[in-house]
Amino acid sequence: MVYVVIAFLWTAILLYVLLGGADFGAGIIELFTSKPNRARARKTMYEAIGPIWEANHMWLIIAIVILFVGFPKIYTTVSVYLHIPLVCMLLGIIARGTAFVFRNYDAVKDNMQKVYTSIFIYSSLVTPFFLGIIAASSVSGQIDLQAGDFLSAYVWSWLSWFSVAVGLFTVSICGYLAAIFIIGQTDNEADKALFIRKAKRCVFVVMFAGALVFIAAYAEDIPLGEWIFGHVLGMIAITTASISLIIMWFTIEKDKPAILRLLAGFQVTMILFAATYTHFPNIVLLKHGEELSLLAHQGQAKTIDSLAYALLIGSLFILPALFYLIYVFQKKKPGITEH
Amino acid sequence: MDDFLAARLQMAFSLGFHIVFACIGMVMPFFMTVAHFIWLKTKKSVYRDVTQAWSKGVAIFFATGAVSGTVLSFELGLLWPKFMEHAGPIFGMPFSLEGTAFFIEAIALGFYLYGWNKVNRWFHWATGVVVGVSGLVSGILVVAANSWMNSPSGFDYINGEYLNIDPIKAMFNEAWFSQSLHMCIAAFVSTGFAVAGVHALMILRGSNVLFHSKAFKIAAVFATVAACLQPISGDISAKDVAGRQPAKLAAMEAHFHTEKAAPLIIGGIPDTAAKDVKYAIKIPGLLSFMAHGDFNAEVTGLDKIPPQDQPPVAVTHYAFQIMVGLGMAMLGLAVLYFIALWKKKQWLDQKWLLKLFVVATPLGFLALEAGWTVTEVGRQPWIINGVMRTADAVTPMPGIRYSFYLFTAVYISLSVIVTFLLYRQIRMVGKLYDSAAQHQND
Repeated sequence: MVYVVIAFLWTAILLYVLLGGADFGAGIIELFTSKPNRARARKTMYEAIGPIWEANHMWLIIAIVILFVGFPKIYTTVSVYLHIPLVCMLLGIIARGTAFVFRNYDAVKDNMQKVYTSIFIYSSLVTPFFLGIIAASSVSGQIDLQAGDFLSAYVWSWLSWFSVAVGLFTVSICGYLAAIFIIGQTDNEADKALFIRKAKRCVFVVMFAGALVFIAAYAEDIPLGEWIFGHVLGMIAITTASISLIIMWFTIEKDKPAILRLLAGFQVTMILFAATYTHFPNIVLLKHGEELSLLAHQGQAKTIDSLAYALLIGSLFILPALFYLIYVFQKKKPGITEH
Repeated sequence: MDDFLAARLQMAFSLGFHIVFACIGMVMPFFMTVAHFIWLKTKKSVYRDVTQAWSKGVAIFFATGAVSGTVLSFELGLLWPKFMEHAGPIFGMPFSLEGTAFFIEAIALGFYLYGWNKVNRWFHWATGVVVGVSGLVSGILVVAANSWMNSPSGFDYINGEYLNIDPIKAMFNEAWFSQSLHMCIAAFVSTGFAVAGVHALMILRGSNVLFHSKAFKIAAVFATVAACLQPISGDISAKDVAGRQPAKLAAMEAHFHTEKAAPLIIGGIPDTAAKDVKYAIKIPGLLSFMAHGDFNAEVTGLDKIPPQDQPPVAVTHYAFQIMVGLGMAMLGLAVLYFIALWKKKQWLDQKWLLKLFVVATPLGFLALEAGWTVTEVGRQPWIINGVMRTADAVTPMPGIRYSFYLFTAVYISLSVIVTFLLYRQIRMVGKLYDSAAQHQND
């Protein structure tokens, strides 16, 4: 049963990266859109994202609940040693979530809109940046359970060139996902051309940030190359992701939004796969060669079983409803008001 | 400030903030769907207007409740890692189910808010009901997790180890029913009085009177019915606490000495050194009756509890007095309202009744926060009652006070912005929602 739980954990993280990521990306794209185009970009993005907006962020809660119920030692170790980036991420989540709603539901549209918008777009940048830092610190072996002083226990546990590079990489991935997503939402050629340009730029930014990650890993003696290319599956994942990127480059101008989204989703899935599977079942790598393993640190059998059943039953309810929600609001049908 | 106190205060602020948004987010959908139902049945446009205005409120509160809830799921580990390490696998069941309920609520809300004229109208209405029901289920599950901290079960605690974990038994611990019931009714009372009070104020000001009258009536009926049910649920809770957590009951009542035919102590200033309550009204035998259903029963006092295991008496006692006092005030207003509805219809047109509702606007939430204080402070010094002390659960990271300052600033600014937003929503009713007023202006 523990594998069912782990599968859910991985899927929840993946869906958060994909859906939540595209959602963060929408704010990032807005930030990097010139003023004249910003309002149009925003309108195009939120017509699609609005209805599923809340649901996108539930995946994070699902992942956290799985961690603290099923693998409490892992949850608490990360909470203690990565306290500071977690708090930064939480502040980003609070600022972003509330600014988004305030922007949509303020009855008076005045200068406050500018305030909400700037909070929204900057927190869209900050939140995935810290998510990336947290992800990087969990595998870079920075967390030191024997640390004596504040700095080495609570600051050097996450602050390094590698984690900053992964943070930037995460931000660029979010922007990329959103740019690809939004191409299919446009209803005129001018917008489409605008977002295709953005998506293409995002590809370069992603590759640049990816290169930074490798340089930082090299500088800090993290065997990233070996982790990713040292295994056949990792090689396959990265190779297929690269091929799909090339395919994407040639289909981006054609009117095939579904294919573009699938390809982008596939690439991110492969990146997450390559980044996680080499360590499996370890999920956190600590200093001094210690690690936290999903198998060795799982809860008692009864806990894992009931968690697995709760997740299975939950997904029976959630998934059909979620697909129906996406289906209903993806149909391009102008709303007619009853007034 | 000491870090342990900072951690406790940060948790208290986070929960105290979240609880308001969570309650409104779970109760408003019921008001909204009632108005929506009347609109679908009668086609009176005022009900559609009320529904749409309320749905904006639901969206604001749901989103704020969702982010503050997300923060809490992290804060449990950030502030209380030792607690979560052991408690997570035991009391995690309601949280994993709550994930589902919450997710469904988010999906249903997506349909509801964006579904006007896009989906079948009854399906649309039903998604509103789903928002309310799944919100309520979420609330019950979260309170079930909290009640486990008061009434730990579903494991054996042997030599510092937590063995034979049974998550289902932990979820259905002895306190889950009484606590969830009390919390759910409290959510209806507090949200109902808050919403009714705001609409009452607008009626008194004479703006969009038809709109606000319809809205007022729906909220007031929910609020007053719930206010009448709450004392019954309070009685169930009192008997439950007396049996399970005598220390908490003793602190609530500032009941220092174990005695038979114990008096009910109303008000007063507890003096822990002198073990007495000054200036209090004492009703003989009533505490024995309320705790055990017998005027002569013995009620455990604080003298039977070792000093290191006693909760803070003053805070618990004051909070309890505030909760009960406000509850009684709202019950009184509820009774007046029912008399007005059935016997004295002319009262409904008189200003004093509406004015009383305006005064009662914050009372429900004050009572709610006071009740929350009673249950949390009354459980101290334990985080898991009788098993783990709060002081042993706190994070080893120093400097929590800065995190406390930060989160306090965030929560205060959010409260200010949400209030500002609601003010603007209410001020714009005439322009945005009240179609009758719009026709007059045309």
